[in-house]
Amino acid sequence: MNPYLALLMSFGLCALVATIMVCASWVLGPKNPTKTKLEIFETGNPPLGSLRGVRFPIKFYLTAILFVVFDIEVVFMYPWAVVFRQLGWAGLAEMAVFVAVLAVGLAYVWRVGALEWE
Amino acid sequence: MTLFWILAFLTVPAALTVVLHRNPVYSALALVFTLFQVAIMFVALEAYLIAFLQVIIYAGAILVLILFAIMLLSLEPEEPSPERSTMRAWGWGVAALLMLELGAVASMEHGASPAQAGPKDFGSVTSVATELFSTHLLPFELTSILLLVALVGAVVLARRRS
Amino acid sequence: MEVLFTFGKVVFAFLIVLQLTLILLWVERKGSALIQDRVGANRANIFGGVLPFNLGIVNTWMADPLKLFHKEDIVPEAADQFLHWFAPWIAILPLFVTFAVIPFGDVLVAGGYTINLQAAELDLGILYILAMLSLAVYGVVVGGWASNSRYSFLGGVRGTAQMISYEIPMGLALVSVVLTYGTIDFQQIARDQGELMFGILPAWGVFYQPIALVVLFIAGMAESKRVPFDLPEAESELVAGFYTEYSGSKQSVFMMADFVEVAIVAALVTTLFFGGWQVPYLYRDGFQFPGGFDIALPSLLVTVLQVASFLVKLFLFCWLQILVRWSLPRLRYDQLMELGWKRLLPLALINVAVTAVMVLLLDGRTIP
Repeated sequence: MNPYLALLMSFGLCALVATIMVCASWVLGPKNPTKTKLEIFETGNPPLGSLRGVRFPIKFYLTAILFVVFDIEVVFMYPWAVVFRQLGWAGLAEMAVFVAVLAVGLAYVWRVGALEWE
Repeated sequence: MTLFWILAFLTVPAALTVVLHRNPVYSALALVFTLFQVAIMFVALEAYLIAFLQVIIYAGAILVLILFAIMLLSLEPEEPSPERSTMRAWGWGVAALLMLELGAVASMEHGASPAQAGPKDFGSVTSVATELFSTHLLPFELTSILLLVALVGAVVLARRRS
Repeated sequence: MEVLFTFGKVVFAFLIVLQLTLILLWVERKGSALIQDRVGANRANIFGGVLPFNLGIVNTWMADPLKLFHKEDIVPEAADQFLHWFAPWIAILPLFVTFAVIPFGDVLVAGGYTINLQAAELDLGILYILAMLSLAVYGVVVGGWASNSRYSFLGGVRGTAQMISYEIPMGLALVSVVLTYGTIDFQQIARDQGELMFGILPAWGVFYQPIALVVLFIAGMAESKRVPFDLPEAESELVAGFYTEYSGSKQSVFMMADFVEVAIVAALVTTLFFGGWQVPYLYRDGFQFPGGFDIALPSLLVTVLQVASFLVKLFLFCWLQILVRWSLPRLRYDQLMELGWKRLLPLALINVAVTAVMVLLLDGRTIP
């Protein structure tokens, strides 16, 4: 039996239960909205308004780029790890070159302090 | 084939949402959805490894990056404007041209069906990995250089700003 | 018939998660009370004490969800109306479906059928789990953004940065496990762990990959965004982080997602490092202790023992995470990032390199 059919069943079942759970309060709960209740919570102060123009440190974006780069590295390692016994020492050398280049990148990022959060 | 049509009917609207929605966050999420559907298509083509890589890298990593860019710059929904409408006209023109080209290629290739059965273990991790680490070793190693350049470039740009 | 079996397994795997999260909620409340020398959730009666005894676990198992589902669902006016609904849904769905690939037993032989006790017999199980965990990020970031509140947004961005940072060490830890066993199939890895090292010690992953275990456990805890890694929802700074603007069942879905991640980490640790459903010295036809002492058992009993063993181990590692959660204080954000990128990442990389060299040196002799 195709395992992906089982995955499809799983997705269907879980999506159904997730939908029920998310909507449960809307169906079962009371509904008496008031002006204050529908405001954004900012510790009791009047809310400052929308997030328009609010900017956040570029640090987070840098983390995301680091993540993409190393995620691709890790993902390449899976097929490599599966056939590693057939590839032998040559396979080790191939991956070593690949990882060494990225390790240089990590060392650079580390040196210039892009990993520091102050 | 039935599966293909079901997927096509789900994927094309999602892809159109990416292009047509005014709010960039919705566009990015529609793109996640589109890429996920494409991964399911890969499963239907028995390219299982590629399907999972598609989800992990495109849907799970690159789109997070794009969402971060959209949110950190707090991009707002676009308003229609005169310059936009000329650009849009150009866009439709190019899109129409591409569709024509695609149609031409599709009609030319119609004789040879690409859906021939591959080797027995086609798409399995072992077959992909054996190919990748022998025949396509050089592109694989060059990927690391490409990633290194991307990494260093991002750090340099980020540091110049701050 | 086969479809029916598969559907049964899918339902069973899903029920494991669903029930486990509810039981964990009770363990969390009672356990924290025990640690903090309080009584904790102490009353559970139906219809004002008709029953003469306290219902204990029923308290959170049934009453908590029921209570949460009957709360008012508040969607702030300024929030993005569609994404506010979509975020909890997309936060929990990829986590729910991960359990479909976790094997919860060896085989069930019944009425001429031999059923492999794994809902989706996927030979790419580990990649599937990674893919689903990487999709789970969207619930956090979209939830934070859709609420249109500063607390939510900062919590969402923090949470995403944290989750993606710890995905790398987690992935690398799994790579070294794959190197050891030469497969990404969970059931295959679980079966390989049934053999014996030196004829006496069960060949569990923990003996081959102790460092990968530590890295995976820490990174997994960080993924679940609970104390000491609860920066995204740090209540003293961000109120409740990315779900500040959520109430009722939507908020409970976010909290449940944390518990499901706890269960996933426990399942990964159990399956990859502690033999999964293996009971030491128990094989398909009964116990075979070293020294030639055998006990024959019916195959059904063996299956039941194995499933029970999986559930006990699963629960044990969930409990361990709850224990850590109530023992350690929260990290600072710079400490969090330093732990992820400067400690765990290099450690996991070195572990992969050492594993690769060891596999080649001991070629063919790694799994005795």
